[in-house]
Amino acid sequence: MRDLCVQYLTPRGPVRAVDGVSFAIKPGEVFGLAGESGSGKSTIAHAILRLLHPPALITNGQVFFNGEDVLDMDDRELERFRWREISIVFQSAMNSLNPVMTIGDQIIDVIDAHMQLARGEAQERAAFLLDLVGIDPKRLASYPHELSGGMRQRAVIAIALALSPPLMIMDEPTTALDVVVQKEILQQIEELKEKMGFSILFITHDLSLLVEFSTRIAIMYAGEIVELAPAQELFSNPLHPYTQGLMNSFPSISGPKKKLTGIPGAPPDMVNVPSGCRFHPRCALVQPMHTRVVPRLHEVSPGHFVACHLY
Amino acid sequence: MTQSTLQQRRDLGKSGETVLDVRHLTKYFPVGGIFSKKQVHALEDVSFVIGRGQVVALVGESGSGKSTIVRLIARLMPPTKGEILFKGRDVLKTEPRQASLSYRSEVQMIFQDPFGSLNPIHTVGYHLSRPLLVHKKVRGRADLRDHIHELLTTVGLNPAAEFASKHPHQLSGGQRQRVAIARALAVDPEVILADEPISMLDVSIRMGVLNLMERLKAERGITYLYITHDIASARYIGDRTMVMYAGHMVEGAESEELMRDPAHPYTQLLLSAVPTPELALAKRKVVTRGEVPSLIDPPPGCPFAARCPKVMNVCHEVMPGVEQINAQHWVRCHLYGPGATQTPATPS
Amino acid sequence: MEVKDQRIEIDQRITIEPTPVGQLTPIAIQAAPPARREWLTRLLRNRKALVGAVLILFFLLVALLAPLIAPNDPSDFVAAPNQAPSREYIFGTTGQGQDVFAQTVWGARISLGVGFTVGFFITIFGAIIGLTAAYFGGRVDDILSLITNVVLVIPGLPLLVTLAAFLPPGPLTILFVLSITSWAWNARVFRSQALSLREKDFVSASIVSGESSTHIIFREILPNMSSIVAAAFLGSTLYGIGAEAGLEFLGLGNVSLVSWGTILYWAGNNAGLLTGAWWTFVPAGLCIALVAFGLAMMNYAMDEITNPRLRAEKETARVLKDRSLRNARATPVVRSSAP
Repeated sequence: MRDLCVQYLTPRGPVRAVDGVSFAIKPGEVFGLAGESGSGKSTIAHAILRLLHPPALITNGQVFFNGEDVLDMDDRELERFRWREISIVFQSAMNSLNPVMTIGDQIIDVIDAHMQLARGEAQERAAFLLDLVGIDPKRLASYPHELSGGMRQRAVIAIALALSPPLMIMDEPTTALDVVVQKEILQQIEELKEKMGFSILFITHDLSLLVEFSTRIAIMYAGEIVELAPAQELFSNPLHPYTQGLMNSFPSISGPKKKLTGIPGAPPDMVNVPSGCRFHPRCALVQPMHTRVVPRLHEVSPGHFVACHLY
Repeated sequence: MTQSTLQQRRDLGKSGETVLDVRHLTKYFPVGGIFSKKQVHALEDVSFVIGRGQVVALVGESGSGKSTIVRLIARLMPPTKGEILFKGRDVLKTEPRQASLSYRSEVQMIFQDPFGSLNPIHTVGYHLSRPLLVHKKVRGRADLRDHIHELLTTVGLNPAAEFASKHPHQLSGGQRQRVAIARALAVDPEVILADEPISMLDVSIRMGVLNLMERLKAERGITYLYITHDIASARYIGDRTMVMYAGHMVEGAESEELMRDPAHPYTQLLLSAVPTPELALAKRKVVTRGEVPSLIDPPPGCPFAARCPKVMNVCHEVMPGVEQINAQHWVRCHLYGPGATQTPATPS
Repeated sequence: MEVKDQRIEIDQRITIEPTPVGQLTPIAIQAAPPARREWLTRLLRNRKALVGAVLILFFLLVALLAPLIAPNDPSDFVAAPNQAPSREYIFGTTGQGQDVFAQTVWGARISLGVGFTVGFFITIFGAIIGLTAAYFGGRVDDILSLITNVVLVIPGLPLLVTLAAFLPPGPLTILFVLSITSWAWNARVFRSQALSLREKDFVSASIVSGESSTHIIFREILPNMSSIVAAAFLGSTLYGIGAEAGLEFLGLGNVSLVSWGTILYWAGNNAGLLTGAWWTFVPAGLCIALVAFGLAMMNYAMDEITNPRLRAEKETARVLKDRSLRNARATPVVRSSAP
């Protein structure tokens, strides 16, 4: 992704939800995207697959996948591209699944839309997919409301894997689930990733989850990436004050008890973004120059990028 | 509140006086059509005690019954069975049909959804004025205004005059939750029941609100019952932590000890499932089976029996009683019962 | 991009409640309710509201100023019967020789008076029953809902006709009869809306604060339903005017009084259609239709103003038109030199 810009047009003015975001996902890696509400992380997920509707517009950038720019594709090319190359798992499985169709029918629906398989073969593949995500293939005939929350999310993952795409986007897939179920599902995904070799773009606000699960992590704030680094490096050496503030917002269950402060203030109004560094109203280390000049994302140590004037 | 009252509260806190004593609280909800006799066992035989000035955290997943407990103690609905003793008096007996104004001035509540707990048509000032007026805490308009401004300043909403005239939709989630805290504070309560107060807030805002709650505890001697699904925040703010599963309370201990030495297999499972980046190098694999059981007409025995890695025959038949592991730590599990032949399992 | 209106806010956090039974449009509860002054300006700027308001105000004025507009007693026999409209009698004369214009003007008084009063009563009554049933639940709800459902199920027109036949004919009877038979629909609507509001945390918070039930019903729940109450009032008035005219047309009113309904009664009695004397019934019929139209327009406008979802859609459509974009399947990519 190079320099992606997404705007929402509102009567109050354009909201620059994503403003010049660039990153690359390597094969087989889990790329974590962390941020709070209004950071633009979900917008990126939808923009990659061009799922946003007006008044959302993509106003700049390129999204290359295997050499092709997704933003240049027309409707027909997009139809072929979606799900085959990149699939997506949304937050609430209950919203992603059609309540009046069985799970089996929904998987077969997806298969039929993209592959020419005989009915029997499609059934087999559907059963295989359910088994892959840890659901008894007999549940092909179940309706979504007959499954528990965790199983529904697994079913959604099965649908996402139907065409074995090289990249799967997961937008807050476990936020609505209990922590135990969350752990099980993530373990399952990890196993599948090892087995099938796909990459994951994992979007969430839960930074501690990302550190455990991702290869590299990008932190987003107010539509921009403010820090990007390998997971352990980010955890042990967070550079951007926002990242440090986020780290200071997760209590732990082990180790010494320390006082956590979070970050003062509130996320910015995206119609009138702060000038210069967008984090400056909430930053304890702000200097006058920071309010005027926008910091650029640059490499501070191998693989560790940060957008902050302090470095 | 006067300094002497505050000093009294602090002193009593040290003596461990009981403020809230909940005994055998049970709540069933009828389910199904009018001809069905099925019941959801939302809460089954829950008992615990909260001492003055303590923060007691209640941890459980969705459906564990933690929100039900809070609503019963807040007297938003009557229990099916059980007693609630507040400062020694059995409130369900002394005020059976409706909670008295006096109870309402001593037991307050903060809700989970900052967007839903404030009425969208009223200003912040109106929200805060109501409890002050209903409980006759002020004399005259000037006094009311001063009180409101003081409350807003206490919860960190400055300038108070500006915030008082705002409507909820003009505030951020964190600010709304602070207004909710101010409203609870207006009556100068003994106990605040906090039902997942931070789980719907942005991550960077959460600690600020939790720290506010702690500060109010220190300054005003307030006792908290803090409900959460996030056991890490329970450790952060809670002196004691209790664990709930499928409507039952299965373990209770001082927070540090619970994290260090969880006795109940469910607590162990819960702790192993929490993302712990510090221990990422020693990644523990969680092996579980099954899901939370249905609460409709549940079978006898321990609710965790279907998923427990250390299940025994007796677990399917009899609900374990309360076993004391030490003075502060109790658990409901047959592994620690009098007939237990094996030593309590250490967390794997 | 030019910003059209600085004061309109789109609150992204809109939750649409499932459509309660009987409710025509989904009401978004969480979104920002417009401040009172915003309401007025929006009302004035909305075309439908303007049309509706103008129509209703016009007829209300006509009714008020009747003595000035048509000074003589409308029941007077003034000329030869069934005369077509002329310069002297601009609406012509009735089958008895009365001035149709004077009748139409004076008729507005009873028709609008009874109509609006009925609308008022069945809205208030429905609100009281519905809110009480919803708030208290349990036995109270069971009993009130039973009564509501019985009244709802009883065939309206036969009941109206039967009651009207027993009581002395006249507008007061009609008012009474309509009021006690037609509140049930409103009661159901208000009950279902109040039920969903009662589950809101802010109601629980009020209870925990120690508020009385009366306060919660009237100061916490009811104000959140103001748009529904307004819509119910408009709809009920519309019903009231139409039902009243209908009853009088059937001869169940006091036919010696002048109202739009009795005009139609006499026009029918004197075989206006057969004789081709269209002027004896068209004016009254048109007045009823226009007032109904005006009320319906105001109802639509109220909906648009108070329902943020509809507002947001309108504004989105306007914004798209400005940029000449259509709603496409894939996100449009609009690269410009200026970011």
